[in-house]
Formats: sequence, structure tokens, C-alpha cells
Amino acid sequence: MRVEGIPASPGYAEGPLFDLDQPTASYKAKASAEEEQAALVSAIGKAVGRLAALIETADGDAAGILEFHIAMLEDDALSGPALAAIGSGQPADAAWRAALDGEIAGYEASDQDYFRARAADLRDIRDQVLRALSEEGGVAAPPGAILYGEDIAPTRFLETDWSEGGGIALKRGSTASHVAMLARSRGVPMVVGLDAPAAPIAGDALLDAEHGAIIFSPSPAETEAFRQSASVFADRLGAAKTFLTAPAVTKAGTAVRVLVNIAYPSDVEGIQIETCDGVGLMRTEFLFGKTLPDEETQYHAYRKVLEWAGGKPVTIRTVDAGGDKPVQGFTVEETNPFLGLRGIRLSLARLDIFRVQIRALLRAAIHGNLRVMFPMIATPEEYAQAAALFAQEQAALAAQGVAHRLPPLGIMVEVPSVALAPEDFADVAFFSIGSNDLTQYVMAAARDNAAVAHLNSVRQPAVLRLIAAVAAFGLEKGIPVSLCGDAGGDPAAIPALLEAGLRDLSVAPAQLAMAKAAIADAAV
Amino acid sequence: MSASAEATVLITHAVGLHARPSVKFTKLAKTFAAEVEVAVAANGPWFDAKSIVKVMAAKAPKGTLLHIRAKGDGASKAVAALVDLVQRDFDEDADHARSA
Repeated sequence: MRVEGIPASPGYAEGPLFDLDQPTASYKAKASAEEEQAALVSAIGKAVGRLAALIETADGDAAGILEFHIAMLEDDALSGPALAAIGSGQPADAAWRAALDGEIAGYEASDQDYFRARAADLRDIRDQVLRALSEEGGVAAPPGAILYGEDIAPTRFLETDWSEGGGIALKRGSTASHVAMLARSRGVPMVVGLDAPAAPIAGDALLDAEHGAIIFSPSPAETEAFRQSASVFADRLGAAKTFLTAPAVTKAGTAVRVLVNIAYPSDVEGIQIETCDGVGLMRTEFLFGKTLPDEETQYHAYRKVLEWAGGKPVTIRTVDAGGDKPVQGFTVEETNPFLGLRGIRLSLARLDIFRVQIRALLRAAIHGNLRVMFPMIATPEEYAQAAALFAQEQAALAAQGVAHRLPPLGIMVEVPSVALAPEDFADVAFFSIGSNDLTQYVMAAARDNAAVAHLNSVRQPAVLRLIAAVAAFGLEKGIPVSLCGDAGGDPAAIPALLEAGLRDLSVAPAQLAMAKAAIADAAV
Repeated sequence: MSASAEATVLITHAVGLHARPSVKFTKLAKTFAAEVEVAVAANGPWFDAKSIVKVMAAKAPKGTLLHIRAKGDGASKAVAALVDLVQRDFDEDADHARSA
């Protein structure tokens, strides 16, 4: 049975379906000791994965503690006794608890304060694994599986082992969701908005995330055709890779700068700096995660990316929370969040939080070629206020003798008021077109609603006309204009964007090669 | 071939062989093929130097004379490297300056 959907991250996956919607419950005993042992090993792995993700945004001391927890969890000497107890008939949760309680008692008995205090770490380690055990009944998706269900949480994506392939097939979901963005940047095939039956489906499936479809219980003929398409796609991707290392040039010889969009500081680890012209967009809202990061955490995150980029430009966007990206303790509940207090509006309403980010950016600026941009600017006054805050914090740092530099300050062009009247913003250092939001606001079609996906296209004439107008204004006034939305990495949209006058595109890392190949094929 | 080596080194770091130093110590020990063990007394008990659970269980505070012994390929290199790490105070001060 073939079911159509919307491609969210291109690619092909063939494998067993893994049900994302199975109810989570308290720990359930397994049928055999082997399964109990597998559940414990998997729960430990999951706890390690979570800690590793946390380390990315932790500063020196916190990272040191997390590294210690990971090292303990990965040590067979810790899990060995529990696995042995399971072998003699105990369930996984009781065996793990007993083994760790033994260790904890050892630390509590120490005559030194320092080692006694480590009992708290051991309790933390114990509870992390117990949580992981009960949450999913210890069942992780098998490697290479197609994760199938209503929707998927970002943590589930991060916890999944994608090294042996696999993909994501969602009945709801959105091409603009965080998971879709992560999937594109890691090259994990993903389809959303599948018109699939409500009843659970099991067995093998074929996921065609190039065209947007899934085939349940495929026939041999369907499998044969699928494998052929997959192999053609792989060849095309392979051919595109030959473009990766060279600067992007169109058929007509026009040079185009291709930069990357990143969300986490660690994203740069998988990217060769030689293959791109810098970072066109570093999002900072993920850094904010569930808690508000302090100045040091932010400073180290920004510095890491700037140092990785060498002298190439790195454009960091101030926090764009709100809309579909809530942050606890920061964003507010609204009936229509996309039209509410988000982006720069929220930052200007919460100066205590904004000033921390500004100081971290000013300090990090000395470590590379930093540019800073503000999201959701609608009026020149908002830009002026944000720029004034940078000047104030700069003066404060100078007075304290703290090393810093004032980076060029630019704005996102995503609210139509800016695209319609760019002349009101002639004093910004640069424009960066956020095509995802610009399109949804111009077309009145939500990014996260599969039912209006046909309207949500950058190739709608009205959207392209606005982009062309901003590019022309920038050219006339000598203000650089780039684009950092998903359209920049879409081979189908690239010719139209170059036609509109853009010469700077920022794309998801996994789309670099395909984007450069599409540029090489453009006639502009 | 069964090379072996043994050395003692004084722990001078403020709180001893604690969490973060133990991470570094065991990570370094794991880079060697040799079997490496530590003890806080010459007559043992000896703990596997590649297991952080065991190294932490040794609970070696500042001022401990740490005994390190290794057996097998690269035994003397392993002991020398680990002694050096302890003598450098596990590079803790440098790290602290970086994160400050």
C-alpha cells in the first residue's frame, strides 16, 4: 500500500517500521533474562546519549561533571554486577538499583567529604538509567528502522542511532519543524503529512523521501523499483559531492557564495570549512533549550563556531524564541504565537535575558569574523533599540576592561513590512532573507500545517518579487543581502532565487553539495 | 613478550584523584594495550586503571602515594605517561583558567 506525503528531508530508507506512538508506561518486566539485559544496556546507552547532548551546551565545570557521569555509565564495572543479577533472575530495574545502591553505600562510608559527596552523582546516574528504563519500557528503535507515527520529539531524533540508515515517516509533522531541520542537516530521510490509516501498521516498509511517499508491505516489484530510484538518487548525490570542494559558480560563470545554517555549536564538527563560505545563520534558540543559558555558556558556544570558521564570516542570530519555539521561563502563552511576542519583540521585552546574550556576543566577537542579526524586525525603531543596547553593553565592557568588539549588526527580512519598505532600514549592516517566515506571512499559510503546504512556497510570484526588490535595494545601496531559509538549499528553488538577484545562499550542511550542483546548472 | 613496569607518584592535586582527574586518568590508561593497575598501598589491593568505577573506588586523596604498575605491550610507556599526568596535576589548573 502506497501512501503519499510531503518530503521533509530527501533520501531513501528501507527497513522495519518502528511505532512512535506506543504508549509509554512504567517499567514492564520482560519475558527473558536476555531481554531484561538488553533493556538495561539500551537504557544506559540512552542516558549516555542524553548526557552527551547536554555537554554541547554546558560550560567547563558542568561539562566536567557530565563527562564523569558518562565515563561511569560506560564502564562495564558498573553494569557488570547488575547484568549478572539479571542473569540470576532479577528484573532490570531492581538489579540496576541494587548494584548502584551498593556503590552509593561505598561512597557514603568514605571518611573524606569529597568522596562522600560523590554519592549524589551516583544517585543521579542511578536515576537517569531508571528513568530511561521506564519511559519506553527500555525499547529503542532498532538500527535502520523507519520511525513511524503521528509526530516525533527532537530528543527521540537525537537518541536514535542513524549510522545504519533508517528514516522518519509522520502522519502529521512539518517540513519546518526542528526535527525536519535536524534530519536535513544529518541527511536522514523524512516524510511528513502522510495520509495513512489511523490503525497501527507493522512490518517492513519503503520510504521515498525524495518524492514524499511510503509503501507498506511492499511487493517484490515495488521493492525492485524502489531500489532502482534509491540507487539513482545515491548516484546523483555522489555526483553532487564532486561540486562540494569547489567554490560555487553558475553555468554563466557567476560566482555564488554558499554558507551553512547551524543550530548547535557541535554541528560544525561534521563540516569541512573548506566546503563552504562561512556560517550564514547560527540559530541560538536551541542553546536556550529548556533552561536559560548563562553568559559563559553562550560565550563558549559562539567562540567555538567562530574559531572553527577561521576568518570566514559567521552570522549569529539573536534568540528567536516564540512562534513554534517556546522556551520555559522566557516565552509567553499566546493564542496566535506566530503573530505574537517572538524574536526581537520578545528580546526587547525581556532586556535582562537579551543583555546577557549581547555581552556574550560582544566578547566572542574578538575570536573571528562575527556578524549579528536580529530576527522578526518589523520597524526601524526595533533595530535602533537593539543597536543601542549593543552600544550600551559595549561601553560597559570597555569600562570593565573586558576584551570585546562590536560586530556589524544586520536584520532578518521575514516580516513583509521590511521587504516592502527596505529604504526605511538603510542604516543596517546587512539583510538576511528568512524565506520560511517571509513566505508564511506573505501567503498567510502556516509553516507547520500540511494542509496548506502548496501555498507555502518561496516560488509564489509575490514572494519572489519581494525578494528581488530587497536584493535590488541592497545592490543599489551597497548593503549585502543573503538568504538563509530552507529555499536556499532546495535545488528546485535555487534558479529562481539567483534570477531574483541573490548571490549569497545559506543552506543546511547536508544540502551543500546538492545546492552547489544546482547552482552549477543554473543559467544566471 | 611480557614487559612490565612499576612506579609510584605523589598526588599533589587539591582533592586527590577525584572525578574529573579520574576521567582523564582512565582515558589515558585506555590508550595503552598493556594491563594497567593502581593501588594506594604497595601491597594492594590493585584496581584496574582503565575502569573509572574502580579508580574512584580507590578513593585516593591529596598526599597519597599512588602505585601504578603495568604488564604487556608498552607497559613502561603507560606507566611513564600516567605518572606524568599525575605530576602535572591532571592539567586541572590550565583547564580552570580556560573555562574562567
